[in-house]
Amino acid sequence: MNLLEKLDASAAARIALLPNGIGAFGIPIEEVYSATEARIGDRRVLLLGTNNYLGLTFAPECIRAAHEAIDKEGTGTTGSRMANGSYSGHRALEREFADFYQCSFGMVFTTGYQANLGTISGLVGPGDTVLIDGDSHASIYDGCILSGADIIRFKHNDMADMEKRLRRLGDRVETTMIIAEGIYSMLGDQAPLAEIVKLKNTYGGTLLLDEAHSLGVLGETGQGLVEKTGLLQEVDFITGTFSKSLCSIGGYCVSNHPQLEQLRYVSHPYIFTASPSPATIASTRAALELLRKGSHLRKQLWRNCTQLYAQLKEAGYTLGPDPGPVIAAMLDTPQQALLLWQNLLEHNIYVNLILPPAAPEGKSLVRCSVNAAHTTEQITYVGDTFSKLHKLVCSYN
Amino acid sequence: MTESNYDEIMQLLCDRLGSLTNSESQVTPETNLISQLSIDSIKLLNLIMEIEDTFDVSIPINALTDIQTVRELADLVYKIKSAS
Repeated sequence: MNLLEKLDASAAARIALLPNGIGAFGIPIEEVYSATEARIGDRRVLLLGTNNYLGLTFAPECIRAAHEAIDKEGTGTTGSRMANGSYSGHRALEREFADFYQCSFGMVFTTGYQANLGTISGLVGPGDTVLIDGDSHASIYDGCILSGADIIRFKHNDMADMEKRLRRLGDRVETTMIIAEGIYSMLGDQAPLAEIVKLKNTYGGTLLLDEAHSLGVLGETGQGLVEKTGLLQEVDFITGTFSKSLCSIGGYCVSNHPQLEQLRYVSHPYIFTASPSPATIASTRAALELLRKGSHLRKQLWRNCTQLYAQLKEAGYTLGPDPGPVIAAMLDTPQQALLLWQNLLEHNIYVNLILPPAAPEGKSLVRCSVNAAHTTEQITYVGDTFSKLHKLVCSYN
Repeated sequence: MTESNYDEIMQLLCDRLGSLTNSESQVTPETNLISQLSIDSIKLLNLIMEIEDTFDVSIPINALTDIQTVRELADLVYKIKSAS
């Protein structure tokens, strides 16, 4: 088998999932009408598969800030942060993130993926250890691989399992980074942060928490799980993304450890890439301001999450353990999940389809992402449609 | 570590891999994990956690990069167990 033929097996598996010609992965969205509606093909669909948790993609403040930045500074920086790509806006956003988390230091990365890649690979290296939750996002796995550190997994959110593995590390725990996520992207459940902190304080280690899905969603001011649990000061490094609640693209890391600043000189994913565009930085700054003051948005978001979670549960679907903006229906087979996904689209509802091995425990997922801009009527329609399709889907073999 | 420990590791791997893959043919030390068993990455990672618990060792998942056969996997576990 030559180099390119190795890809043929995965291509064949993907094509087998397209019996009616509709591609579930990378489906083109032709027009976006609002934070909740778009056109796919000739259908006007409800968007239940975006990470637009606060519904700010069309916030006038963000759009105006982006326009002004383009007019003043152009479309791109054309260079890395290390060279010509550090504008005053990048520095200002870093200060604003540090201030938001009451931390001394903040860094901005070009994508959320690179925030994890660059932070992890900059802080740990060969001879060190990373202890990560088994359901960690690919950016965490890839950051760990890039670091060259020894990678040890613990069972998802299983604190007895984590403790066992921490204990086994012995003295190596001094050079160990523990990594967890505020909200996990597959099932929408939250890390048991209080227990993780307790284990860290008992055994040692440095703790990194990825708030990608929890920023804007948890806590009074939207800091994430650290705020909800009151454990901000116990977490050594916090990473996150601009591409969910902040509705742009980019990522951040904040910390009280001055060593974070050294990443600017050693972290390849930070150094060897162009910096975020002026428009991206400007809209992110405006969105961060809205997020901090957005307790009314969080209230609406949680009303929507609670309603849809209850409707899907009542309809008989197996869901993740916690209600939240990520609500995943777990199906036994990829065929059932695809059938549900296709039928939802025929009812003008767009959701995400996730198949093994990307989904945990060998399940297939039909994942909804709820946002604050969804109306009660829209959520009710989605819940009712799921309910109507339950029998059809679950009887399909 | 003794030869019996190595045999124990090998036996456990063959038994567990056989049940994980539902393969018709018997799993032997020379069986290739990918081309013959078609074991997916998640199943392999979960098996590693199980082995860690059985032998009370830490097995970094990046040490699996060069592992192709059941024997190579047994050698890795044996090496780590011997050093612990």
